Amino acid sequence: MRIIRIFTRGIRVAFKSVFRNLSLSLASISSTSITLVIVGLAILFTFNVNSITKHIEDVLTVIVFVDKNVTDEEINDLKTKINSNDNVNKETLEYRSQDYLKEQLSAKDDDLKKVFETLDTNPLQATFVFRVSDVKKIDETVKEIEQYDHVDYIKYGESLASKLVSMLEVIRNACVITVIALILVTIFLISNTIKITIFSRRHELSIMRLVGTSNTVIKLPFLFEGFIIGIIGSIIPVLLNIFGYTFFYDYVGGDLFSELIVLVNPNSIVYTTSLVLVLVGGLVGMFGSVNAVRRYLKI
Amino acid sequence: MAFIELNHVFKTYKNGVSALADINLQINKGEFVFIIGESGSGKSTLNKLLYREEKVNKGNVMVGGVNVSKLKNGNVYKLRRKVGVVFQDFKLLPKLTVYENIAYPLESYGLDNKTIRERVMEAVNRVGLKEKLRSYPDQLSGGEQQRVCIARAIVNKPKLIICDEPTGDLDPKMSREIMDVIDKINTEMGSTVIMSTHDKEIVNRMKKRVVCIHRGVVVSDQEKGKYIEYEDN
Ligand SMILES: Nc1ncnc2c1ncn2[C@@H]1O[C@H](COP(=O)(O)OP(=O)(O)OP(=O)(O)O)[C@@H](O)[C@H]1O
Ligand SMILES: [Mg+2]
Repeated sequence: MRIIRIFTRGIRVAFKSVFRNLSLSLASISSTSITLVIVGLAILFTFNVNSITKHIEDVLTVIVFVDKNVTDEEINDLKTKINSNDNVNKETLEYRSQDYLKEQLSAKDDDLKKVFETLDTNPLQATFVFRVSDVKKIDETVKEIEQYDHVDYIKYGESLASKLVSMLEVIRNACVITVIALILVTIFLISNTIKITIFSRRHELSIMRLVGTSNTVIKLPFLFEGFIIGIIGSIIPVLLNIFGYTFFYDYVGGDLFSELIVLVNPNSIVYTTSLVLVLVGGLVGMFGSVNAVRRYLKI
Repeated sequence: MAFIELNHVFKTYKNGVSALADINLQINKGEFVFIIGESGSGKSTLNKLLYREEKVNKGNVMVGGVNVSKLKNGNVYKLRRKVGVVFQDFKLLPKLTVYENIAYPLESYGLDNKTIRERVMEAVNRVGLKEKLRSYPDQLSGGEQQRVCIARAIVNKPKLIICDEPTGDLDPKMSREIMDVIDKINTEMGSTVIMSTHDKEIVNRMKKRVVCIHRGVVVSDQEKGKYIEYEDN
């Protein structure tokens, strides 16, 4: 019971303080909001980059055309070699012989079937088909495999896709750095707000100490104050994140520019993101408070 | 062992001022002691050592069996709950009513409202302020404000009450009234009272133990003493 009273008292005092120094609190709240909006963007961006990368990795197949007239043994050697390349996703590696391709194509297309029947030899080239584990290294991998014996040439989805992924990752990293910097600035601002609260309440604090208020009870309102600022600061970012992203998703119809860039469905991420934003807001606020209390509340 | 004991206590402030030098003092439970001495002699410093506002440089300060000089910062509040302090300048919170000011310590300890109410009313009865509970400090006379301050100091039934020139700003009539209140608390509640003062008339009227400090040294200690003006040689 006593603990509950001490807690509710702390929250009450903290709320009063937030509104008593309203302009200062608002500065901290807006700084928190700006930070969290960018944190939200960074998180949504990261979710999407990961999903796009995965999607591209899923659809981007590399086709290795094998020279004609190679023996089974040579094919096997080549397969082993490709298989031993680090970036080749082993499970996806498939060999398609000339006969197999002819059958496939004939089954699909009657005209082609007739054409094949008029020919003595099989005009098709055997291929190896695989996907890569890391799209960013696709160019390198292709260059390596081109050097192998009996490889005629290689075709693979636009190398643009892999460039895109690399670029997205650079942007994401820039976001992360910005977020860290903004979080630090916000912690500093909140800390400064709490410092001024401590200063403006120093008379009361000295009386609290005099009459035997425990240190926990003295500190608690300040910790709550930072927390409250952080939570209030997360309201707008959370709304923006939920409604903004949903709107954007619907507006572009689920994918950007091409079907390769598929966005993540809002329902599966906005709530997680919102939760993270509220947590980050609260934590940043607490950090600010702890910092101020430690430095300016000498008890 | 006496309730309060100071053994070879030295206090030098950070700026190099030596405020107390080799103080030895014993005060029993329930005693009423005046600390007198000219301005700057070290009275307030002595008080501050007792409620651990300042720390000794050397020696020991024992209060109720607790070595106050060795008390950790985080535990000072436990001492303060057993010590009521009354100041010349009251140190009340201007935005709180009289009732809220007196209830403030108990409220911050997390006591329930019923207990708080009972204790506040008990304290208020002792100092006599019943009609003013809803007033704010700036609506009160100096004497009334001092009563609030005393009520706040005794609301947790402390074993020790320290008064640092409680009548310093009051006229003689109000001073007498305040002294009667404190005297009554001393006899009725059994709390030990230590009061530093410049007020000759009060000291002479009360006929209590009088400890005189001069330049940080105890120069006289009389039972039922009178105010003395100590001069070098
Ligand atoms: N916080 C402080 N820092 C430095 N010196 C101090 C401090 N407090 C008091 N002093 C010095 O210590 C000495 C004793 O001061 P103290 O306040 O104890 O005297 P006092 O007897 O209470 O005087 P008064 O009757 O004027 O209240 C003085 O020389 C004073 O200047
Ligand atoms: Mg003094």
